[in-house]
Amino acid sequence: MSSNNGNPYIPYRVNILDAWYEAPGDRCIKTFKVTFDDEKIWDTWSHRPGQCAMVGTPGIGESMFCISSSPTEKGYLRFSIMKTGKNTSALHELEKDDSFYIRGPLGNTFPVDDWKGKNIVTIGGGIGQAPLRPIIQWVRDNRADYGELELIYGARTSADHCFKAEFEEIGQSGECGLHLSVDVEEEEWPHFVGFVPTLLMDVAPKPDNAIAVTCGPPIMIKFVLENLEKLGFKPEQVYTTLENRMKCGIGKCGRCNVGNLYVCKDGPVFSYATLKNIPEAFA
Amino acid sequence: MAVKKLSKDKVGEALKELSKFRLVAPARSDDVVIFKEISDPAEAYLDYGNSTVPPKKMVFPQTETLFRFMVGDPELKEKNVEEEGTTVIFGIRPCDARAMSIVDKLFAWDYDDPYYQKRRALTTLVGMACTEPPSVNCFCTSVGGSPFSKEGLDILLTDMGDYYAVQALTEKGENLQKTLSSQLEDGGDEKKVEEMARAAEGKIKRSIKTDGIPEKIPTLWDSDVWKKVSASCLGCGTCTFLCPTCHCFDIQDEVEELGEGRRARMWDSCMFSEYTLHASGHNPRPSRKERTRNRISHKYSYYPNKFDDIACVGCGRCINLCPVNIDILDILEQVVEA
Repeated sequence: MSSNNGNPYIPYRVNILDAWYEAPGDRCIKTFKVTFDDEKIWDTWSHRPGQCAMVGTPGIGESMFCISSSPTEKGYLRFSIMKTGKNTSALHELEKDDSFYIRGPLGNTFPVDDWKGKNIVTIGGGIGQAPLRPIIQWVRDNRADYGELELIYGARTSADHCFKAEFEEIGQSGECGLHLSVDVEEEEWPHFVGFVPTLLMDVAPKPDNAIAVTCGPPIMIKFVLENLEKLGFKPEQVYTTLENRMKCGIGKCGRCNVGNLYVCKDGPVFSYATLKNIPEAFA
Repeated sequence: MAVKKLSKDKVGEALKELSKFRLVAPARSDDVVIFKEISDPAEAYLDYGNSTVPPKKMVFPQTETLFRFMVGDPELKEKNVEEEGTTVIFGIRPCDARAMSIVDKLFAWDYDDPYYQKRRALTTLVGMACTEPPSVNCFCTSVGGSPFSKEGLDILLTDMGDYYAVQALTEKGENLQKTLSSQLEDGGDEKKVEEMARAAEGKIKRSIKTDGIPEKIPTLWDSDVWKKVSASCLGCGTCTFLCPTCHCFDIQDEVEELGEGRRARMWDSCMFSEYTLHASGHNPRPSRKERTRNRISHKYSYYPNKFDDIACVGCGRCINLCPVNIDILDILEQVVEA
C-alpha cells in the first residue's frame, strides 16, 4: 500500500522512458514505459502480476489500467493503453520524456505462487493481452518454477496484434507454445484464421495440472470460458480479470462492484469459480 | 457517568460556549430544516423533527478538494482537513449519528480515507433523542437502531420538558461536557430517560422484518420484482443524496483560470446512468431496473455481508422525499414475498 504520505488519493509523478504504438487506428494502443520522478519511491513500490494503477494527469482525470509489466522487469513499469475517451486521448498525446501520474499498486493479484509447478495457458484477445503480459514475463523469468507455458492470442487483424516484437522473440526462441490468430483472412498470414475461442479448441490445451488465464473482449471471454469447460478445465483452474468504471480505486466510491465484490479492490483478478456465482460479473 | 441537566434557558449560553468550535446545528433554511454552521445561538432550531438533508456533509462534504495543482507544475498540494478545526454537531438525530458509525467502516476498509477520517476524528456528535418519531415513515427499530440509540454519539440529549438530560457517552463527550461545566447542573433523571426511550420505541409506526433479506436478495437477480419496483422511478437520485448512509462519490478535475486547478470528489448516485458508464459506451447497469436492484442490494445485502450492518438507518427520508412515492419498505416487502 505505497501511496504518498499514506494518502491513497495523491498520485505519483512518473516520467516516460519510452513510448510506442502497439496497434493503429481510431482506437490505437500505445505502450508507455515509465519510471518514478522521485526515484526513492522504487524503495517502497512493490507490485505483483495482475495489479493495476490509476493513470492520468491532474486537470484531465484518471482511469484504471493494469500494470502490463512484471515485477521481475526492474526499473520501469509498463502501461498499454487504448485510446478510447478523454483521459486516454490525452495520455496518447504524451511522448518520451513527458510525464503523467499514477496511483497504486491497486487491486489483487494473480496467485502466481499457488501456480508453481503447473502448466500455464494464457488466452488473450486484442488489448486483453495487457494483463496477461506480466504473467508471461513472470513465468519466463522464473522458468524453473513452472511447467509448460502455452500462449494463445488473437486480434482482428495482424496490425491489431499487441506486443508483436515480443511474440516474435518468444516464437523464435521456442521456449513455449505460441498460437496466434487473426479474425479474418489476410495475405501472407501464416497462422490461424478465426476467433480466439475457435483457436483455443484448435490448440486444445490439456487441463491436467494446468491453469488457464483469459482476458479480452467480453464476448470472447464468454466463449473462451465455455470452451475451457468443454476441454475439461474446472472453474477453479480458470482465471480472468474484470474491468468497470472506477474513480477511487480503493473500494470507497461505490461504482465498480459486481454483486458484492469491488472490481478495484477484491479484483481485478477472479477465478471463474467465483464469477460463475455472480451474474453481474458478465453484465 | 451521572446524567446532567441543561436547563432550556441555558441552551443559548451553552451554544455560545460551543461556538468557539465550528458549531453545526439544525436551522431553518427557506421552508426546510438543514444542518449548518451557526455563529448566533438564535439560529439553532432545536424543536425540529428531522432535517430534510442529513448532516453527513459535515464529515463527507458534498464537494471537497483532494488536492490542488498548477497545470505543468509537478507539485500537488494536498488539502489539509485539520485546518477546518474541531466541529461540534449539536442536535443530530440518533439515526444520522448511527449512519456515520456505519459509514466509518467503509472509509476504514483496508485503505484509510484520510479526508473522511480526519474530519470524523475532529467531530463531536451531540445527539437529540427522538421522544416522538420525527416522521410517519421512521423505521429505525427495524434496522438495528432506536429513537434513543447511542451508537456513534458522544453525548445524548433528551428533551425533558424544561430541561435536556445530558448523557456523556465517550471521552469526546466528557470533554465537551467539561467545556459546558458552567451551564450544566447535576440531577438529570436517568430513570425517566430510560422510560421515555422505551415509550419512544413503541411510537415508531412502520417496520419491516429484515431477517433473511440479505440472503434472499442475491437469489432474486433475475426476478421481475426489480422491474416492478423501479417502473415509476425517475432516476432523480433524491433517495441517495438524502440518504445518511449513501457514500458514493465521483472524482473530477477542475481547471480554473491560469491553469490553477483542483481534483475534487463529490457525491454521486448509483441511480444515474453515468455512474457506471464505460468509456467504450457500454453500461453494465443500463436501466433503472439494474440501478434500483443495485441500490437495494447494496444497502440490504452487500453492505451487511461485508460490514455486518444494513446500510440503512430507517430515517425515512427516501420515502418522504421521493417525487413518485417509491417506498423502500414496500420494495423490501416485495423482496420478501418474491
